[in-house]
Parts: sequence; C-alpha cells; structure tokens
Amino acid sequence: MNLLLKNGRILDPSRMTDEKGDLLIENGKIARIAKGLSRGRKDLPDDNAASATVLDLAGKIIVPGLIDMHTHLREPGFEYKETIASGCEAAVAGGFTSIACMPNTKPVNDTRSVTEFILRQAAQCRLANVYPIAAISLQSEGEFLAEFFDLKEAGAVGFSDDGRPVMNAALMRRALEYASSLNMPIISHCEDSNLSAGGVMHEGDLSAELGLSGIPGIAEEVMVARDLLLAEFTAAPLHIAHVSTAASVRLIREAKARGVRVTAETAAHYFTLTDEAVRTFDTLAKVNPPLRSADDVAAIRDGLRDGTIDAIASDHAPHGRTDKEVEFDSAASGLTGLEISLGLSLRLVEEGVLTLLQLIEKMTVRPAQILRIPKGTLAVGADADVTVIDPARRWTVDRHLLRSRGKNTPFHGTPLTGKAILTIVGGEIRFRDFEQ
Amino acid sequence: MKLNRKDILGIQELPVEEINLILDTADSFSEISTREIKKVPTLRGKTVISLFYEPSTRTRTSFEIAGKRLSADMISISSLTSSVAKGETLIDTAKNLEAMNPDVIVIRHGCAGTPHLLAGILKPSVINAGDGAHEHPTQALLDLMTIRSKRGRIAGLKVAIVGDIAHSRVARSNIHGLKKMGARVSVAGPATMLPRGIEKMGVAAHTRIEEAIGDADIIMMLRIQTEREKQNIFPSLREYSRHFSLNNGNIGLARKDVLIMHPGPMNRGVEISPDLADGSHSIILDQVTNGVAVRMALLYLLTGGTP
Repeated sequence: MNLLLKNGRILDPSRMTDEKGDLLIENGKIARIAKGLSRGRKDLPDDNAASATVLDLAGKIIVPGLIDMHTHLREPGFEYKETIASGCEAAVAGGFTSIACMPNTKPVNDTRSVTEFILRQAAQCRLANVYPIAAISLQSEGEFLAEFFDLKEAGAVGFSDDGRPVMNAALMRRALEYASSLNMPIISHCEDSNLSAGGVMHEGDLSAELGLSGIPGIAEEVMVARDLLLAEFTAAPLHIAHVSTAASVRLIREAKARGVRVTAETAAHYFTLTDEAVRTFDTLAKVNPPLRSADDVAAIRDGLRDGTIDAIASDHAPHGRTDKEVEFDSAASGLTGLEISLGLSLRLVEEGVLTLLQLIEKMTVRPAQILRIPKGTLAVGADADVTVIDPARRWTVDRHLLRSRGKNTPFHGTPLTGKAILTIVGGEIRFRDFEQ
Repeated sequence: MKLNRKDILGIQELPVEEINLILDTADSFSEISTREIKKVPTLRGKTVISLFYEPSTRTRTSFEIAGKRLSADMISISSLTSSVAKGETLIDTAKNLEAMNPDVIVIRHGCAGTPHLLAGILKPSVINAGDGAHEHPTQALLDLMTIRSKRGRIAGLKVAIVGDIAHSRVARSNIHGLKKMGARVSVAGPATMLPRGIEKMGVAAHTRIEEAIGDADIIMMLRIQTEREKQNIFPSLREYSRHFSLNNGNIGLARKDVLIMHPGPMNRGVEISPDLADGSHSIILDQVTNGVAVRMALLYLLTGGTP
C-alpha cells in the first residue's frame, strides 16, 4: 500500500525540520516530502503514487515513528501480564513504531535462542518493530557475562540486567569493555540493592509518616556515580535507565561536561508524579525506582530541558491484577505506560519545558542513536515508520480500555490533550484512530 | 454527636472532636470492667472478627474482652490457623469473612496500609489494630485516655517518646494524637532509629535520650526489637541499654511527677530498668486497663451507638 499524507505539519528532529506539507510513502519507504503533492500530477509520475491512499492531515503533526527504548513485554514466561502481541498492540496504539524490550523474562533473555524467539513472535504479529535488549549477565544474576557477540548477531541492540542492578563493579567494568568492542550500549538499572533493601517507596517525609520502608535517592545515585566513573575509565558507551532523582541528573550533567560517553532516559511518571501518589497506599503507583519528591521532579524537568536527559522511555511494566491487588509491601512494582507516555509527555510542551521538536527528538532520533538502530527519521529512503499526532485531541485515560494486558496505571481518569491517531510501520497502517 | 466514619484506620485522619468523643465514651465504659458481673447487653447480636497476621497478646485479648463485655460475638483468627497458610490472598480471605456478615473486622498486619486496602472494599467497619510501622490507633487512644485521666489534660504537656521511632507504629499514632490534643512532643533515639523527615510531623528529634526527657511530663519508652541488630540499626543490646534506657540515673532530668508509659511488651533491663517499670511513676498497667475501655468505645461507636 502506498500512502499520501497531506497537509500535515511535518516535524523531523533528525533533520531539524518543521514544515507544512505532504509526505509520500512508497513501498514501505519515505519517498517524497513536498508541498502540494497529489495523485495524478506530474510530480507523482509512477503508478504507485497514482494509486496511493490519500489522508488529509490538516492540523495534525507528522513525526518519525516514536521509539520506546525501555519496555517490558513479559513474554516468554509471564504471558498473563503481557504478550509480545498485546504489547505491540499497545505500542502502536500509543504511537510507538519501534520498542526495545528488556530481558527480565522467564527464561531471561541471556542467550540467542531467547532473542530469536522474541523476534520470531514479534515478526508474526506484524505490528511494531521489536528490538530485544539482552541480559548483561547470565540469568541477570550479576555473576557471569552473557554471550554479547552471539546476542548481537541474533538481533539484540543493547545489554541490561534491568530490574536488577549489577552490584559487582568488576562485572560492570567488564561488561562495558566487552560491549564497547561491539559498539553497543550497556543500559544500567542504577540501584544499590543494599541501600534499597526492603524499600517500597521513596524515602522522604511521606515515608517517615506512613511508616513504609524507604528507597532513598542515594540508592540510585551511588550507582549512577559508580557507573559514570566506570564509563569514563573504559571509554565505553553507557546509558542510564529511568533516572528519577535530582542528584542523578547533576552527576550525569557533570559527566557529560567531562566528555563521558553517557546517555540517559527518564519516564513520564518521573516528571509527572511525586511520592504523594502513594499516600493512599495505592499499589498502582508503586514503581521502581519509586516516585520521588517535588524537588526531584523539578530536576528531572531541568535535565530534560538542558539535554542532560536524552530520551523519554515508557518503562512500560505491565502486571496482572494478582500482582497489584495485594498488600502494598507485596505488590509488584511498575506501571503500564505504552499507551499513556505520549499524552503525558506532550504536557511538557504545553508547560514550556520542551519545544515540540525537542520532545519528539527524545522520543525518536535520540533513542535510535543510543541503540544504534536505523530509525527515527523521515529522511527520503528511510523505512516508512511514521506517527501522526492530533495535538488537540482530548481524551481521558481509562485503564480498562488499554490494549495492554497490564491495566496497572495510576493515571486512570487523567484527562490528556494530544494523542497518536495514526501509526504507520514500514508503510503499513498499524493503528488508526480518526475518521476522514 | 456520632462517630462520623465507617472505619478507624489511623489517628492521622481523626479530628479532635472525634478523639474526644471516643475518649469520653471510653471513660464511661471503664466502670463496666470494675463490676462484679462485667457484661452488658449493648452489642448483643453484633459480630466482630479479629484477623491477626502478626503475633499479639495484649491487643488481641483486649479486643476480645472489650467485645465480650459488650455481649458481641467475638471470633478471632490468626494467620497461623487460617487459609493464609494455604496461599489465599488477603482480599479473598476478607471477602469470605464479609460474606458471613460480621459488623466489624479488626485487623493487624505487618504491611502498612493493609487496613486501608480492606476498608476500601468491605462493607463492615474496619479497625486497624496495627499496620506495619504506620499506625496503631487504638494504642494511641488508650495512651491519650491514660494521660488525660492521670493529668486531667493533654494540652501543654511535654511528652518524650524514646526508642526505634522509624519502625514504630505506636510512635506515629501517638505523635499524631498528642499533637492534635496540644501536647509538645520530642522523640529520641540514635539517628538510625529516627526516620529522615520526622520533624515534619511536628516533633523535636534528639539523638540523646537526656535531651528529650528533660522537663518531660510523660515519657513513653518503645520496645526495642532485637532483630534490628542484624540490620545495623544498632550494634548491640548492651550498648543500647547503656545509652538509651530509662533508668534511675536519667529519670531525674524529667519533672518530679513524670509518668512513665510503655506500650509493651517490655524488654526489662533493655529500654527500661525494672525498678522504673514497677515504680511509682509507672502507669504501664493503667494503659492496659484503659485499652479495654477504648476498644469497647470504638466497637460501640462504630456499630451505631451514641454516647
């Protein structure tokens, strides 16, 4: 199918362009961007263009397909929480054309057979592009390196023991070195598990009052500091996952100024909610790292604004009811995010934290660069992964209507403005939420 | 005036008028426990289930006696004998109990917020008998009742709470209650036992017991949990007792008529010297006696009674 997207605001951070115009997709690739393209005119000489489906996108924003560099798809092993198919359905509904999935499945994605399984499942559902992130260590147990060369050959795009920190600094050093020989990033889940032991929420005034065990900011920060030093020492690319505290932002900012090869991401909940969300013991707001203080939220926003934080990821962590409808201490950590992340992130533009171009950069070309994948651009000849956003669409999060199996969000009932209304992957419409 | 709520989950959400109502009602119920025949028919036909997921002697017995003196049918379940051991979820257990139409469910649980979880989904009243390190509202109410009956007032008194504040639900409920009733509260313990941000609850925090108990009208000693030693909250009971116990050496810093309280169970010789625990300043057993009256008052008020 060929598509002609007309009259949109075409915004492409990879080329720093923001223009009104038409975009032609032919044979799964971006074919042309110009003003006034139409069927049957000389500027569309071939048969394909003449037969293109035309969509009028006046008032809509056409951007490179969104990329979520931090997702949990749960399959294999936890299919009741999410499957690759349901996760991909959620992805395209949230505007994501490419997602990178973390290895904490069962079995852990620490061997090429698991990576290949994930890619096979993803290919079958033909929705979003799936990029597996493989484990740093076998079983993510933090002892022995996984086979990085093999995993890369199988299709892995990065390495992480996400969900579990690499407590052994020597292993982290070797992982950085070994991955750098492949020019692949190590994605660090920064949490000193001794400092966070037993914690279930942010340690602060509210945990003092509620008597819930705290996870102090320093549990994250000491490991951010350690990994920045290791990255500096090894000159290897390091990516810090889900940054949640002010001091982490400061440490990363300082390291970048020194020239350390570090990138960082945060997730929408870390610039939207504070620990107040758990005051009512709402397990849907339990997440790791935990929702932090208002000062931390302000610092995350500053980090996004000045570029210290490169990317916004969803950290989509779907769970079943049985994981969340239990005592707070026993409840699983994590929020479902793929279908809500864009709507929450667009608030940053409304609130003047980021320009739209900066926001889209953090959700497209930056994650593509960090993962070294050929995505995140509308350049002619590129894969036609395209997301169309209606910036004026008002909608309300209804967790029961999510496509993800994980209905676990504290944003149920939250009114949002702006939504993905068309998600095109490889030239095919994989999600559509508007009438012409 | 009536109690304006379905559940008693914490002191934090109780307004002063309701605290006074509960204390006044408890005062009037005290007399029943001194009678030859310690039983009135007030709650005949009401059913109270207590669900204890943590060991308890005092609180559980106190609720049971309170209910029985009001003629309620009292059923007590501990996690050791219920289907918790078979892996049933808390919510399923609670829903099953609800299906048998109790009027009140009393719950103690090691996780903060568990009574709130149940209160949100159950029709019967829920009373928090202690949730993790969060709140123990009936303990604070009986402490307020005891202070009020011994001193005639709570406002203006200086109260020191000493021990592992970080892990203490008794401390948190009492801080809320004492502050609401107008007392000045100081807390003391080694810094490992003082949660960061505790000052935001309106208390003065001290790392030496001597600083907290100076001129105190009331001293509440908290039980030291020996398992905290392994978490490096303190190095040894020996050191703790030498530097943080209440004893004849430091009691003189407090007011001459100071009252000594302890929620129990006590570690004699650890946080409090046996002489003081049994001495003339101690009102520790009065607390236990008043516990029955406070719980009678709550069962009565929650099932629709008016004072």
